[in-house]
Amino acid sequence: MKWDEDPQHDDLRSGVRQICAGFPGSYWRGLEPDTYPAQFVDAITQAGFLSALIPEVYGGGGATLTEASVILEEISASGGNPGACHAQMYVMGTVLRHGSVEQKLQYLPEIAAGRLRLQAFGVTEPGAGSETTRISTRAEKVAGGWRINGQKIWTSRARYSDLMLLLARTTPYEECAKPTEGLSTFLVDMRNAEGITINPIKTMINHSTTEVFFDNVVIPDAALVGEVGKGFRYILDGMNAERILIAAECIGDGRYLLEKAVDYANQRIVFDRQIGSNQGVQFPLAKAYAQLRAADLVRFDAAAKYDAGSPCASEANMAKLLASDASWAAANAAMDTHGGFGFAVEYDIERKFRETRLYQVAPINNNLVLAYLGQHALGLPKSY
Amino acid sequence: MKIAVCVKQVPDTWAEKKLRSDDSTLDREAADGVMNELDEYAVEEALKLQEAHGGEITIITMGPERAGETVRKALSMGADAAVHLVDDSLHGSDALATSYALATILTGRDFDLVFFGSESTDARMSVVPAMVAERLGVAQLTFAQKVDVDGTSVTIQRVTDYGFETVVANMPAVVSVVEKINEPRYPSFKGIMAAKKKPVETLSTVDAGLEGSQLGLAAAWTVVEDFAARPPKAAGTIVTDEGDGGVKLAEFLATQKFI
Repeated sequence: MKWDEDPQHDDLRSGVRQICAGFPGSYWRGLEPDTYPAQFVDAITQAGFLSALIPEVYGGGGATLTEASVILEEISASGGNPGACHAQMYVMGTVLRHGSVEQKLQYLPEIAAGRLRLQAFGVTEPGAGSETTRISTRAEKVAGGWRINGQKIWTSRARYSDLMLLLARTTPYEECAKPTEGLSTFLVDMRNAEGITINPIKTMINHSTTEVFFDNVVIPDAALVGEVGKGFRYILDGMNAERILIAAECIGDGRYLLEKAVDYANQRIVFDRQIGSNQGVQFPLAKAYAQLRAADLVRFDAAAKYDAGSPCASEANMAKLLASDASWAAANAAMDTHGGFGFAVEYDIERKFRETRLYQVAPINNNLVLAYLGQHALGLPKSY
Repeated sequence: MKIAVCVKQVPDTWAEKKLRSDDSTLDREAADGVMNELDEYAVEEALKLQEAHGGEITIITMGPERAGETVRKALSMGADAAVHLVDDSLHGSDALATSYALATILTGRDFDLVFFGSESTDARMSVVPAMVAERLGVAQLTFAQKVDVDGTSVTIQRVTDYGFETVVANMPAVVSVVEKINEPRYPSFKGIMAAKKKPVETLSTVDAGLEGSQLGLAAAWTVVEDFAARPPKAAGTIVTDEGDGGVKLAEFLATQKFI
C-alpha cells in the first residue's frame, strides 16, 4: 500500500516508528480508559520530536510544519495516539510569534529540552463553544498583574501540563466595538498559581480532557502574551498549523486502520475464500484509500504553503475536513471488514475507531470548516 | 580518538529471507533493509567512547545504494561521517572479499579503534572482524560485552561459554561487540535532521584501490551448489486425552526418538 513517497521523509518516519515500536497496541489498550501515556510521552519528548517546531536558536529542532506533521502522522500510523502530546508541539507557537523576548528566552529552551510542558490550551467554555468571542472568563487588571475568574472546558492534558495558554476577556463583550476585541492571551504557570481547580471529564476516548475553574487566580503582568485585547487574533494565527497537524494525524489513523483491515481481509476465509475477494468488503476499503490519498495531497499542499509563509487557511481547513472524513471512512470500513472481531478490544480497531471519530468534531467542527469555505473560498454569505 | 564502525545493511530480521534463483545469492530486494542489529550496539559503544574521550566516528559500509539508509541511520545516531563502498562488482562477495575491501578502506585512515557487531543476522559467520584485524595486522578483541579505553590501551570483557575473559591490547585494534554491551539509542529528531548534512564519501572499487579479481561472486571461496525452500509446516499431531493422554504423549515422543 503506497502512501507519501517523498524520500526526504524516510528517515524521519523510521525514527518515529522506531520509538513507537516500543509502545505497541497492548500498551495503548492497557491505558484505557483514562491513564495518561506518560512513558510514551517521555520517550518521544526525550528524542526531541515534540520540540521539532521550536527554532534551533531556542534549542528546538527547527522543523518545518511539513516535517512536524510527518511525526504526528507516524505516531498515529503506528497505532499510538498523538492526541496525548500533539499540543506540546504547537501551543508554544503563540509564545514564539507574539511573546516578548524575555518570555521566549524563559520558556522556549525549557520546553525544547523537555523540562517544561506547555500542552494545555484554555479557550473553549461551557457557554461559548465555537463562538469563541462569547467566552466569559475574565482577566481584571490588579496591581502588578491580573486576576482571573471563570471556567474553561475541554482543556485537554491540563493535569499533565506545567503551563496553560489561556484566552480571557480583558474588556467585557458589551463594551467592545467588535466582538473579536477585548480578548487577551496569558501564559499561566499552573505549578504555582492558587485558585485553579482541574476536574477530569470522562469521555469515550482516553484523551485526558478536563474542565478548569479559575477562582481569583492572580498571575503576574509578565504572564500577558503580546498586547492586551489582541488575543483573538493571536489564537487564530495558530489554527492553520493545528489543522494541518490534525489532518496528518487523521491520515496516520486511516493508514493504520486500512492496513489492518486489508491484512485481515486477505487472511480471513469465509465460504472457502478470502473475504477481501468480496466487493462488498473490498470497495469500501478501496474508497477509503482513495479518500485518504486525496486528503493527503491537500494536507501536503497546505503544509507547503504554510512553510512558505503563504496564505493557507482554506487549504488547512480543507485538509482537516477531508482527512477526518477519510479516516472515518477507513474506520467504518475496517470495522465492517473485521465483523465481530472489530469490536474485540484486542484488535485495536474499536479504539482507533473511537479515537479518529474525535476529529470530525475537534479542534473545529467540520460544519464550521464548510461554513468557512462557503464564505471565504466561495464568496457566499456568512451562514452562521 | 578516531573510531571507525563497520556496519552492514541486512534484510529485516523478521522477514522471510530468500535466495535469488539466478545466482543463489541473498535476495536483498525481497525484504526491507535494516541496519544489522548488532551493529547498532557497535555504533552505540563508539558514541559512548566519544562522549567520554572525544574524537571522531566514521561509519564504513559496503553494500548496494540502498545501504545508504543504514549509513544515515548510523549518522542520525550521532556518528560524524561515513564511507560507503558501492559497486556492482561487489555483488556476491564472501567474507574474505568483504574483509579485503574493508581493510583496504581502513588502511591509511589512521583509526585507533575499529568496531563491528559480532555477527550479521543474514550470514551469521562472525569472521569478518577477525579477518579485518588480521589483514590490518592489529589486535582483534572479539565478542566484547564491555570496553574500556585507557591511554593507548583498550581492555574488553570477552564473552565465552563459561563467563568472560579480560583481554587487553594496544591500539589500534579491532573490537566486535555482543548485545549485552549497551542499549543502543534511538536517533533523535535533531540527529535525523543533522544526518542529512553530514559528509558521506561514496567510493567505487576503483576509487578504493581494490583489485576486481578478489571481489564478487566469481572470487568467492565458497559456492552455493543448490538450495531448496524450507518445507511448509506439516500439520501437527493432536493427542486427545481420553484418560490415556499421558501414555499417548509418551508413545508419540518415543516414536520421534525424543525418549
